[in-house]
Amino acid sequence: MSNVANTQKKNGFLAGTANYVDERVGVAGILKEFGRKIFPDHWSFMLGEVALYSFLVLLLSGTFLTFFFQPSMTDVIYDGVYAPLKGAHMSIAYSSSLDITFEVRGGLLMRQVHHWSALLFVAAAGLHMLRVFFTGAFRKPREINWVVGFVLFVLGMAAGFTGYSLPDDLLSGNGLRIIDGMIKGVPVIGTGISSLLFGGEFPGHAIVGRLYSLHIMLIPALILVFLAVHLFMLVIHKHTHYSGPGKKDTNVVGYPLMPVYVAKAGGFFFIVFGVIMLIATFFTINPIWNYGGYDPSPVSAGTQPDWYIGWLDGALRLAPTGIEFMIGDYTVSTNILLPLVISLVFLAAVAIYPFVENWVTGDKREHHVLDRPRNAPVRTAIGAAGVTFYAVLWAGASTDLIATNFKMNLNQVLLSMQISLIILPIVAFLVTKRVCLALQRKDKEIAIHGRESGRIVRLPHGEYIEVHEPLDPHDLYKLVDFKDYKPTLARPNAQGKITVAARLRSSLSKFYFEDRIAPATQTEIDEAAHHAHELEVEVQKAIESAK
Amino acid sequence: MAQLKRKMNGLRRSPMAFGIVLFAGLLVVGTGYTAVQAAVSPSSAVSRSQEQIDFGKRLFLSNCASCHGKNAEGTLNAPSLIGVGEASVDFQVSTGRMPGAASGPQLQVKPVQFTEEQISALAAYVGSLADGPSIPDAAYLKANGDPNKGGELFRINCAMCHNAAGAGGALTQGKYAPNLMGSSEKTIYEAMLTGPQNMPVFNDANITPQEKNDIITYLKYLQNNRSAGGDELGNLGPVAEGLVAWLGMLGLIIAITIWLGAKSN
Repeated sequence: MSNVANTQKKNGFLAGTANYVDERVGVAGILKEFGRKIFPDHWSFMLGEVALYSFLVLLLSGTFLTFFFQPSMTDVIYDGVYAPLKGAHMSIAYSSSLDITFEVRGGLLMRQVHHWSALLFVAAAGLHMLRVFFTGAFRKPREINWVVGFVLFVLGMAAGFTGYSLPDDLLSGNGLRIIDGMIKGVPVIGTGISSLLFGGEFPGHAIVGRLYSLHIMLIPALILVFLAVHLFMLVIHKHTHYSGPGKKDTNVVGYPLMPVYVAKAGGFFFIVFGVIMLIATFFTINPIWNYGGYDPSPVSAGTQPDWYIGWLDGALRLAPTGIEFMIGDYTVSTNILLPLVISLVFLAAVAIYPFVENWVTGDKREHHVLDRPRNAPVRTAIGAAGVTFYAVLWAGASTDLIATNFKMNLNQVLLSMQISLIILPIVAFLVTKRVCLALQRKDKEIAIHGRESGRIVRLPHGEYIEVHEPLDPHDLYKLVDFKDYKPTLARPNAQGKITVAARLRSSLSKFYFEDRIAPATQTEIDEAAHHAHELEVEVQKAIESAK
Repeated sequence: MAQLKRKMNGLRRSPMAFGIVLFAGLLVVGTGYTAVQAAVSPSSAVSRSQEQIDFGKRLFLSNCASCHGKNAEGTLNAPSLIGVGEASVDFQVSTGRMPGAASGPQLQVKPVQFTEEQISALAAYVGSLADGPSIPDAAYLKANGDPNKGGELFRINCAMCHNAAGAGGALTQGKYAPNLMGSSEKTIYEAMLTGPQNMPVFNDANITPQEKNDIITYLKYLQNNRSAGGDELGNLGPVAEGLVAWLGMLGLIIAITIWLGAKSN
């Protein structure tokens, strides 16, 4: 009796509702399809997830902040609780930011949660991009998703910049002034654009309101759209997996979304949220009350942007001085244009890299098994050079803090960074490529001859040998399963001509693959195994005769 | 009338005229300058006993004269101290900057080498050589001014080197503006008054003693009221924040992802 009641209860409300919804929107089919989606398991696959979760935290905390923030530059006299600013003239934007900080319950925490998760969002997205790059996950069919991800990264930077400019404090005003200067440095149209953006002469009374519209409407909407496309393509392409026995370009090895990943990802969201809350509770971020309201006359020492804009600030700082020149009455601000062009070229190079590599290799196959970074030495080296270039620009934004905190000469720090910007990427390229090749050789050696066992045997004729142990087939698989590209020659086209593009492609192909290490072949492994077996027989014989 | 005019013309052409005008001009400029100077830096009101001055001179000869000269007239290695005033001596010696340990872009703060009595004797001796800024009146060191005014003055006059939160900043060729979070009222006042090393002088005509008190009030507020939002990360701004975001947050999360990933294997 109780049994019947139980089953009735179990099948009652929940099943009824599920059935109701299913009959109307066909949820069962969707759930069945999605629930069976397979995802491989690896820590580096969770970096994009971290970015996604910090974006959710940004939406939540940002919504809270919009309840109290007033994006107006109208002048008011501050009458809040922060004593050192009592009676100061400031914009409503700054005064409402101070109110959020000191008077709204939980306001300071929410501000800090919002700001810290912004830093985490871009950082996790950046690291996710690096993971995708170094494992070759951007290869066919995922080139377009790489571009979508790139757009998301740039949108993240834009969201951050428009966000930290909102409180209208001295630091953010200094940052806007730099942007204003950069815009004005663009020849012919610069001054016009600046005056359009700021609604007249800098700083004007419009910019905070305009940035606010971008920050809470346009940019988050774009991020959501691109995020949806990004995830949609992830579902279409299926997730990549690392090389291993049974893992192929035609399958995905892992666990289903339902119930494994729903539980895992749900839990992971709360872990990320928890870490953000922890840091936001114990560490101050952007103490706007220290900076005072924006006033175009003062500039504070140690004015830096948030980390993701740092590399652009560094590009400005590292530009050589005195390179601007006059044409008639007009100054051509090469000191601003040069870093601007270099930054844009760098971004463009990141965006189009998958297409370049695809063109060079001419590989039309789909790739779902990831590369180990060492197995694509030139790509890994290019990545290392790019990371180094970015890192020097990034460090360039903190030349002053490096000088004071490490007791160095500011001018020398600046000069050494200017030199490093050119030299270090080249060094990084060469070193990384050599390290990759060396690791590949080591892999090949282990694949063919097995691991060194440490067992030294003396043969009857006096020779000492070290016995190598053959590898476990599971381990062997990882060492030999990678694609081998040979440098291609420039071929004449249908008209019998070798085009410039063909020549370029051939020399790039040479650049990529001329000193490649081919994976160990089955023949090589068999031969070595045979040889090892002969040796082992000889060793056994020697041991027998010694007895 | 016409006669008077002619007489005046005659005077103007007299050989004495140039000398008279020059003298009158110098007199006006000279007295004017003295008057302004007196208003800007009132000569020491503190009484110095001869005994104190003699003690200071002995200290000076044994500790300072090798660089600054036997009569504080300066050498190739160090500037003349005639007219730098007691405030300069007090600032440099009581913060440990003087006697300098080594020549370099900037004198370093180090443990103070003299007792208070010795410092005031040294100051009295240098102050006795010529007039200069004297040790500030205690009335302006109470940090009881207007912190809002002080904050505004600080941002306009000081923040470009010392940072808006007084965390310090870099200057050219290894010089720097120090962190102000440990500076005493008197040190701050004397620094403004005497402009040590690379710092400009903010005399009393530029920033009045009351305004100096306001600035001190603001800095003391920052020193005594740490951030409401948790650890300040040295008040270094976005660079320190970025470091925490990468190493602290992302580092911690990656450690967790590795742990989560390892569970399945």
